[in-house]
Amino acid sequence: MNNPNKYRLRRTMMFLNCQKPGLIKDPYIYKPDSIMLDLEDAVAEREKDAARFSLYHALQEIDYRGVERVVRINGLDTDLWREDVRCAVAGGCDSIRIPKTETADDVRTVEYAIAEAEREFRRPVGSVLIMAALESARGVINAMSICDSSERLFGIALSGGDYSRDLQISISGTGVEFMGARQHMIIAARAAKIQCFDTVWTNLDDMEGFRREVETIHSMGFDGKSIINPRQIPVVHDIYTPKEKDIIFAEKVIKEIDEKKARGIGVFTVDGKMIDIAFYDGAKRTIALAKASGVYEGDL
Amino acid sequence: MEIIKTAVAGTLESSDCMVTIEPAQKGLELDLESAVIRQYGKRIMEVALETLDRLDVQNARVSIVDKGALDCTIKARVECAAMRAAEHEGRISWGGVIR
Repeated sequence: MNNPNKYRLRRTMMFLNCQKPGLIKDPYIYKPDSIMLDLEDAVAEREKDAARFSLYHALQEIDYRGVERVVRINGLDTDLWREDVRCAVAGGCDSIRIPKTETADDVRTVEYAIAEAEREFRRPVGSVLIMAALESARGVINAMSICDSSERLFGIALSGGDYSRDLQISISGTGVEFMGARQHMIIAARAAKIQCFDTVWTNLDDMEGFRREVETIHSMGFDGKSIINPRQIPVVHDIYTPKEKDIIFAEKVIKEIDEKKARGIGVFTVDGKMIDIAFYDGAKRTIALAKASGVYEGDL
Repeated sequence: MEIIKTAVAGTLESSDCMVTIEPAQKGLELDLESAVIRQYGKRIMEVALETLDRLDVQNARVSIVDKGALDCTIKARVECAAMRAAEHEGRISWGGVIR
C-alpha cells in the first residue's frame, strides 16, 4: 500500500464536534492542515446517532478545500465504533483516529473493519489512513509496537487529558508531567518513520503559554499539534514555518553536499559550521516543509 | 418506514434545524418555520420531502424549525428524527437510502 497522503503536512489538527452543524460547515476558512471530526467525547451519549448522520452528509456535500478530514471514532470498548467506521468510510473520510489505543491489536482490529467498509462502499482498499491516540500509561509504553502495527498508520498522538488521569496527576501547564510520554512517543514514531502529534492546549486565555508549549514540542520533533480553537492555528503555523535564514542554510547544505560528494569530500564547513552527510536529510526536510508551507520558491 | 412514535432531532442553534416527526394516519403533513422562509422555504421543503421519500416515510406529521441549516444538515436531521421515530436499530444504509 502506498498512500500519497501518508506523509502530508499536518501542523494543525482542529477538533470539531460532529453534533454541531455550525462548527463543521466551514472550518476550512481558518486553514488548518487537518480537521478532526469528532464522534467520541465531544458528542453527548444520546446524540451519537445524530452526529453520524451529520458527519456522513458533511463529508459527502461540503468541499473542505484540501483540508484533511480525519474522523475520531468511539472507543473499541463501546458498541458504537464499528458503525462509526462504516459511516466515515462511506462518507469519504481521509483518515480515522482511534481513541484510547493501547496495543497493536487495537490498530489491526480497526484496520480490518476499515478494509471491510472500503470493500462495502467501493473505495480502494488502503485509501483510508489511520492515526492512533495514546491516552494511557499502557498505550504510551506500547508506543513502538503500535507504531509498527499497520502500513496505514500515519501517526500517533498524545491525548493529555486521559493520560494525566491514568497517571493520577493534574495538568500543570508547564508540560513537565508529559515529558516522558512525549520523548518516548517521538522516538517510537521516528523509529517507525511515521508522524507524531501533541495533545491539545485547553486554556485559551493563556496564549503565551500555548506558544511556549508549541515551541517546545516543535523543538522535540513533533509534526504538529491538536487544537481546539481557530485562534491557535496561526501560532502553530508560524512556529512550524522555516525561517528565511534556516531555508538559506538548508539550501547551502544540500548544494554543498551534492557538490562535495561528487568530488569525494566528506566533511566541510558551511557558514563556519562543520557539515557532513548527516545534515543532508534535515536540510531536505527544511526545504520540504518550506515548500509545503508556501514560503519556498527556489529550485531544490 | 413506519413512524411509530414522536421523535425529535436537531437544535435551535444557528446553522441547525429542529425536526419533529409524529405518527399520522394519512399521508405527509409538513410544517416549516424559518427566518428565511421567503428565500429558502421552497428549497427546505423540497430537501425534507425528498429525504422522507427516500426513507419511504408515507404517513407522518413533520415539523421543521430552521435556523439557517444547509441542505446537508436538513437531510441529517430529518433522517435522524425518522430513524428514531421508527425505532430503527442496527446498521445504516449509508449510500443507499441515506445519501
